[in-house]
Amino acid sequence: MNTSQKPRTMFDRIWDAHYVATRIDDRDLVYIDRHVLHDLHAPHAFEKLAAAMRAVRRPDLTFSMQDHTVATKPGRDENTNPDGAHFQRAMREGSQRNGIRIFDLGDPEQGISHVVAPELGLVLPGSMHGVPDSHACTVGGLGAIGLGCGTSELEHILATQTIALKRPKTMRIWLDGQLRPGVGAKDVSLKIIAALGTAVGRGYAIEFAGPVAQALSVEARLTLCNMTIEMGARSGFIAPDEKVFAYLEGRPYMPRGADWEMARAQWLGLASDENAVFDKEHRVDCGDLAPQITWGTDQSQTISVTEQLPALPQDADARLKMERAFAYMGLEPDTPVQGVKVDRVFIGSCTNARLSDLRIAASMVKGKRVHEGVTAMVVPGSTSVKRAAEQEGLDRIFKEAGFFWGESGCSMCAGGNGDRGRPQERIVSTTNRNFEGRQGKGVRTHLAGPELAAACALAGHIADPRDYLERV
Amino acid sequence: MKAFSTITGIAVPFLEDDVNTDQIAPIPTKRSLKPDYREMFFFRARRLSDDTLNPDQVFNRPQFASPSILVAGRNFGCGSSREGAVWTMQAMGIHVLIARSIADLYRENCLQNGLLPIELPDDKASDIEQRVMAADGSAPFTVDLVTQTISGPGGADIHFDISAADRMRLLEGLDDIGLSLKHEAAIADFETKMKQTSPWLQRAIRAPGTEPKI
Repeated sequence: MNTSQKPRTMFDRIWDAHYVATRIDDRDLVYIDRHVLHDLHAPHAFEKLAAAMRAVRRPDLTFSMQDHTVATKPGRDENTNPDGAHFQRAMREGSQRNGIRIFDLGDPEQGISHVVAPELGLVLPGSMHGVPDSHACTVGGLGAIGLGCGTSELEHILATQTIALKRPKTMRIWLDGQLRPGVGAKDVSLKIIAALGTAVGRGYAIEFAGPVAQALSVEARLTLCNMTIEMGARSGFIAPDEKVFAYLEGRPYMPRGADWEMARAQWLGLASDENAVFDKEHRVDCGDLAPQITWGTDQSQTISVTEQLPALPQDADARLKMERAFAYMGLEPDTPVQGVKVDRVFIGSCTNARLSDLRIAASMVKGKRVHEGVTAMVVPGSTSVKRAAEQEGLDRIFKEAGFFWGESGCSMCAGGNGDRGRPQERIVSTTNRNFEGRQGKGVRTHLAGPELAAACALAGHIADPRDYLERV
Repeated sequence: MKAFSTITGIAVPFLEDDVNTDQIAPIPTKRSLKPDYREMFFFRARRLSDDTLNPDQVFNRPQFASPSILVAGRNFGCGSSREGAVWTMQAMGIHVLIARSIADLYRENCLQNGLLPIELPDDKASDIEQRVMAADGSAPFTVDLVTQTISGPGGADIHFDISAADRMRLLEGLDDIGLSLKHEAAIADFETKMKQTSPWLQRAIRAPGTEPKI
């Protein structure tokens, strides 16, 4: 694939392969191979497109998901969350009017767009994948470039099948070490943000590399790449390998036969050249990594579960920010995070609700009971994940332990479907944002991986998952 | 998109770092396809715990009732890509954002809607922050995109940088989709070429009888 002499990064290779033209405002038009829409933002874009009397250029490359506003209550329909009904109807009508395949409520493959698209093989290595949602970056785990966008850009992609962008700079984050039991991709992502900050990726596309990235399972790579936007970058990805090809082969929308062989050969050439130069490089050592948990109101406020909460810093501005976070979270500086009482545990979202996430959590709660007073919820990432989990009996394990077992959707990640906490409620959540009010007014969100969340559900307080892991 | 060239109006300071789009425009509890974007604006920050407006909060103070310029800290607009977080600013009459830095997706959404995003280096940012705090809404500031200057009480004009391309796009109020559709032939050519080199990218067809493996 590389016809030029100059070594190139994987990002440059994919960008160059999708370059269409340069506009008079100096932006590159970049082709979008797959465009996946959701109910929260697409209705506005459909309306604007109709008003401008513009057609959808490639409805055959566009797919609609109902995820943000759908209820999770078993037996739901579009009216179960009355506030979501008009979004879902507008989504359905707009999709049908424009000839777009919709994975609607009741469809056996409905679910969170970033979970469903990989499952169905709508994500291809080396492709440009557009979604009007900042967690579009998730699909980087398969070696695609996810591009999150707003409503105007969504409308632009519908009309032109391209996006107009300034080419971002390239960054590589090299992940050293080997993860220990009880530590997963979510912990790695939180560690990166704790070490490098929530804005380190501003203006960059991030390639994750090194032994940790290579060793991650495909689903774990989706989790790591999902958190790229929380580092400030629009796209994050890992070079695709045999693991990815094995995951993708035979999925419904994947190429087959000779096309598959040809595609695979191209994908093998995607990786960054050995001597490729990145605009910025970082290294993060994950060898001694313990399970991570956020204690504050952005993801950089993360500590190991074994650590004390930080002491207040000297610097006045930093101190003010930290004091505010402590006050909001109802915590005291310089005290242990383990043992802090938990009111609710949420296992779900595009970050951590794939089958492997549910399996590890289920293995920990099997035969045990959720601690008294704790509300515990599992919302599978897709209806397909839900079905697969039920075939393995995971639903029974969760329900017998006292968990709510819901229908698939974004649920408590953004609360767009009405699933929200109460003021001052402390929630350990496998989602991606611990911002003030994100899960409801005054809600105190702690982000963590599914292992740590499951441990908290059993303990009734913040706990180290390694104390609860099945001894093999 | 409406063209932008210059604006004179009240500048309001909100200097926290890492202000996210859930703060700027939270997903409302009561959902509507046509929400009240004025009410949504910094919904939580403007209210006390009993949901009444906090009269001391900067956006609620009478001199900042109709701001034109928002002066912010670092990494403004991080988080979700929701464009409502720009529409809520415009509903308040804010047409210029001056910040130490702006999150990528938010900056893009500003440009899409004709809201001028200005990023200033620390020395200039600290100058304008102090002057806007000192003015406290009593006198207007002017932002001129033609001359790329910010002027107002308390000091000399401040020059700001913006790429020539973004500047032109705002000044001319160019229709973004229209601009791209000038390249419709190139898009069609690209598709033809891609059908040859990587046909699977141009064809999203489901193989009959397949279900996702989980």
